[in-house]
Amino acid sequence: MFACLHGTGNLTGLAMEFSPTVEATAHDTVTFDVSGLDRIFGLPLDVAVAAAIARRARECGVKANLALAGNPDAAICAARGFSGVSLIPHGDEGKFLARLPLTLLSPTPQLLETLERWGIRRFHEMAALPPLGIAERLGGEGLRLRELARGEGDRKLLPLADALHFEDAIELDYPVELLEPLAFLLARLINGLAMRLATRGLATDELRLRLKLETGGTHERCLRLPVPSLDAKAFLKLMQLDLEAHSPAGPIVHLWMGVNPVKPQAAQSGLFVPVAPEPVKLELTLARIQAFVGEGRVGTPELLDTHRPDAFRILPWGRPVAALQRQAPSTRLALRLFRPRRAARVAIAGSQPSFVMADGVRGKVLELAGPWRTSGDWWTPDPWHRDEWDIALSDGALYRIYCEPAGWFVEGSYD
Amino acid sequence: MGATVLLKQFESILGAPLDWQSRPEPERAPTGIAELDSATGGLPRGCLTEIVGPASSGRTSLLLSLLAAATARQEVCVLVDAEDAFSPHSAADAGVQLARLLWVRCGHSAEHALKAADLLIQGGGFGLVVMDLGDTAPHTARRISLASWFRLRRAVEHTPTLLVSLAKQSNAKTCASLVIECGRHTATWSGARSVSRLLRTVEVRAQSTDRRKPCSPVFTARAI
Repeated sequence: MFACLHGTGNLTGLAMEFSPTVEATAHDTVTFDVSGLDRIFGLPLDVAVAAAIARRARECGVKANLALAGNPDAAICAARGFSGVSLIPHGDEGKFLARLPLTLLSPTPQLLETLERWGIRRFHEMAALPPLGIAERLGGEGLRLRELARGEGDRKLLPLADALHFEDAIELDYPVELLEPLAFLLARLINGLAMRLATRGLATDELRLRLKLETGGTHERCLRLPVPSLDAKAFLKLMQLDLEAHSPAGPIVHLWMGVNPVKPQAAQSGLFVPVAPEPVKLELTLARIQAFVGEGRVGTPELLDTHRPDAFRILPWGRPVAALQRQAPSTRLALRLFRPRRAARVAIAGSQPSFVMADGVRGKVLELAGPWRTSGDWWTPDPWHRDEWDIALSDGALYRIYCEPAGWFVEGSYD
Repeated sequence: MGATVLLKQFESILGAPLDWQSRPEPERAPTGIAELDSATGGLPRGCLTEIVGPASSGRTSLLLSLLAAATARQEVCVLVDAEDAFSPHSAADAGVQLARLLWVRCGHSAEHALKAADLLIQGGGFGLVVMDLGDTAPHTARRISLASWFRLRRAVEHTPTLLVSLAKQSNAKTCASLVIECGRHTATWSGARSVSRLLRTVEVRAQSTDRRKPCSPVFTARAI
């Protein structure tokens, strides 16, 4: 059983209240499947459902004709052709639609002109024509019109893609000041959203939290996961850790949470593929580590496209990193950096360093190579240039030192 | 007396004396340095290995080579950097695939490094976990209790994870299955002084304290 609404107002919204299978047939027409609603509205189905839809339409301020029929095309024709509520008995579609004009079927202008010349203007006249003769003279389009005129159309609806919004909110009677009671409210939101996602077979890779504060401001946080997940416990812990690191500026009076619905990741690992940490568990571990080492201090290093020394940035784990693969033909001598760089006092003899003294570094220069002059970014507001030396000190270690306008510094040690 | 008889019966059934003490030899992972791999057979998986030595002894070069070999095997590696001394440029030059490296910068705190390493190891799934205490003062590193080292060692036991600690001196004592002590053998400079002098290579002697296979291979780390 199908219903059709033809008129003005929020037709789609009204149809969605009765059925998940709704077709937006035209800007002023929606068709929807009402099969099985007898369990809710009782029997007879058409009368009970029609009464419920008409009542709800009045409440919503929708002005539309309503028709119920055994197939969607008959319902559409009836809704467009008759005002008010039309209930077409099953099997009597042709008889019910007989007096309607053919223009309701929206034939092509050429076809309509031909039919006009033949004196065919109503559904019953078209329905009475022999199918073989129509096929010979009007082709497939003519046959389709005849079928619709007889009320025998049998097609599937093209349902609207359901716009999925996974959001939830809680309005609080009393402001919440501490994070611990807030965790219970967050758990309620997260569990509800995770349940809704699970019923749709979806997962999420992004959680958005918006807190309205008593002071009038808002506090927004967004958590992004490297892979889609449905682990509500992990979400809650991640959110707690994030709020501990970024506490709201005042008591909270309203919570809103939204998640980004995505398809869950399904991957089968191979027997010979190296093991890797479980992504959501690792994300939780990294959030715990960030809580004590500080934000932005855990992740994957990415080299920046510049010659500036020690130019890199830390990307969150799991994000794609610009690959800069260098093949090392043999073992390379590594440099250990001093962060922050160590200011040094350097004695010069013959324009070369002869003695170096810095925090933890002190000795006579035994061997040296340099200076190597480097510079860059002179076209920017932050240019740099320096002279570097590789030195062997009497303390037994090899260092890289450099001189720049700010003075002498020990950059690190070769190790 | 009864136990001895039972033992003899078991041995007669098995056809060989029962060996209750020996454990299966752990799988070894190559370090990427041919001299060291041929001498030691690589580093044992599921065990704690210590790389020790003073500054400029070549221990970080060995570590980067290990990281390069592990990332080349598509393993996910972690570097817990207690003193924030890791140079990504130096690592990239050594062939480390940075996309497979998780770097934890602990900001001059050995305590944070230990805590982070513990959390990561308990999570599992890594091919190589490195705790870099290379610039940590010896008295600070010594304060890490043997119980902590034992806990770390237990966490990687029976897993394919390589746990490596880099420090100035050995701290884990009996918890370490292998200790590699690095020492600078020679440094080669080329060119005339103040004209075109260059630091070319550093030869490193890596002394393995494996009781079964003590060795001290020498490998060369190239500066350019």
